[in-house]
Amino acid sequence: MLTGTYVPGRSLVHRATPGLKLVLLAVFLVPISIWQTPLLAGVSAAVVLVGFAVARIPLRYLLAELKPLRWFLAVLVPYQWWALGLEAALQLLVGLVISVAAASLVTLSTRVSDLLDTVQRGLQPLRRLGVDPDKVALTVSLALRAIPVVRDLLHQTLEARRARGLERSPRALATPLVIRTVRHAERVGEALAARGYDD
Amino acid sequence: MPHIEFRGVSHAYGERRVLEGIDLELTQQRIGVVGANGSGKSTLARMVNGLVVPTDGTVLVDGLDTGKQGAAIRRRVGFVFPDPEAQIVMPTVAEDVEFSLRRTDLTQPQKSERVREVLERFSLGDHHDHPAHQLSSGQKQLLALASILVTEPAILVCDEPTTLLDLRHSRKVTQLLESLDQQVLLVTHHLDLLAGWERVVVIDEGRVVADGAAAEAISFYRRLMGA
Ligand SMILES: Nc1ncnc2c1ncn2[C@@H]1O[C@H](COP(=O)(O)OP(=O)(O)OP(=O)(O)O)[C@@H](O)[C@H]1O
Ligand SMILES: [Mg+2]
Repeated sequence: MLTGTYVPGRSLVHRATPGLKLVLLAVFLVPISIWQTPLLAGVSAAVVLVGFAVARIPLRYLLAELKPLRWFLAVLVPYQWWALGLEAALQLLVGLVISVAAASLVTLSTRVSDLLDTVQRGLQPLRRLGVDPDKVALTVSLALRAIPVVRDLLHQTLEARRARGLERSPRALATPLVIRTVRHAERVGEALAARGYDD
Repeated sequence: MPHIEFRGVSHAYGERRVLEGIDLELTQQRIGVVGANGSGKSTLARMVNGLVVPTDGTVLVDGLDTGKQGAAIRRRVGFVFPDPEAQIVMPTVAEDVEFSLRRTDLTQPQKSERVREVLERFSLGDHHDHPAHQLSSGQKQLLALASILVTEPAILVCDEPTTLLDLRHSRKVTQLLESLDQQVLLVTHHLDLLAGWERVVVIDEGRVVADGAAAEAISFYRRLMGA
C-alpha cells in the first residue's frame, strides 16, 4: 500500500475515478472492521481477489504490498493472542491483511498524483478553516517518498553499527539515524527551495 | 548567453569566513569550478540561484540581484545537487518531473507530453511510472537532471552531479550536460570531465586562484594539490 508502485492498465478498475475508488474502499472497510465472521472474511477476500483479477494486476504485486505488514503482525498478533485469545488474534490478522489488500488494489491501480489531486479537491471546502490543500497534498507525497529513503538509511545505519561491532548499542543506532534523517530532511527542503517551491 | 556576475563577494557562516573578495563575470557556455574539499565551491554555486545570499557584495544573474529577486532567479537558474535522493521529491519518476511544471500554464495533456519527451531524452522512458527508489544511483541523478531541465532554465548549476556515479554514468551525465543549449556551471572533482571546457575557475581557501581555459587551469590545480 505504501510502496508507491503503480501498475498501468486500462481495466475497469483503472478507469474508475480515484474519488469513487476511495469511497468504495471506505464502504468496503466498514463491515470487515466491525463484525468479523468467517463468512464475511471469506466474502471480503473473494471480492478483493476478483478486483485484482478484473484489474489484471498479478498477485506478486499484492504480496509485495503485504510484505511490510509482517513485522507489524509479528508483534501485534502474539500480543493479541496473549491478551484476548486465539480467535481475536486470527480476526486481527485476517482483518488487517484483507484491509491492506483492498487498499493496495486502489493504490496499485491509481497514480499517486491522481489520488492526491482527488484528496486536494476533497479538501477544498476546508480552505475556509485555514487548511491549504496544496500543502497537504505535497506533505503526503513527501511522506510517501520518504518511506523508502528512511528505510535505506536504517539499513545503512544497522550495517555501519555491525561493521564496528556495536550491534548491542541502541545509541549507535538512534543517534546516527536521527542525524541522517534530519540531514536528509534539510536537503529535501533545500531542493524544494531550489525548484522554486517557496516562491 | 546569460550573464552571471559576482561583485566583491565575501561570505561567512557565522564567524567562519569561507569566500573572500570574489569578482567574476561568467558569460561562457561551459564553466567548470574545481577546488579542494571545503574550499567554498558549493557556497559559490549556491549563490547563483540564491540558495545562499552573500554576507558582502552582490551576485547578479542577467542583472537580477539573487538576494532580492529570488523567485525570478529560481525560474532562470536550475540547480542539481550531489545527492539525487534528496532532490527527488515525488514518489514516482513521471510525477517528480511533472512536479516541476505545476506552476506553468500548460494544460494536463501538454504537461504529460513534456514529461514523456524529457524522460525519453534521459533514457528513462521505460521507468515512467516506476517508484523513484527503484532506480539505480545513476538513473536517479538523470531523473534529478530531467526534473530540473523540463522547465528549461537559462542556466544550469550542477554541484558534483557525478560523485555517486560510476565512470560510464558520469560520462553519460557529462555528455548530456555538454549537449545542452543552456549555460552550464559545473562543480566537480572529476577533472577529466572538464577537458575542453571554455573556462575553469579554481578556488582555494575561499579565493579564486586560477581562472582560464580548461587545460591551463586544471594543470595549475594539479600542481597546487601536489599531484
Ligand atoms: N551551512 C553551513 N554552515 C556552516 N558552515 C558551512 C555551511 N556550509 C558550508 N560550510 C563551511 O564552509 C566551508 C566551505 O564549504 P563548501 O561546501 O562551500 O565547500 P566545497 O568546496 O563545496 O567542499 P566539498 O568539495 O567538500 O564539497 C567549509 O569549511 C564548510 O565546513
Ligand atoms: Mg561542495
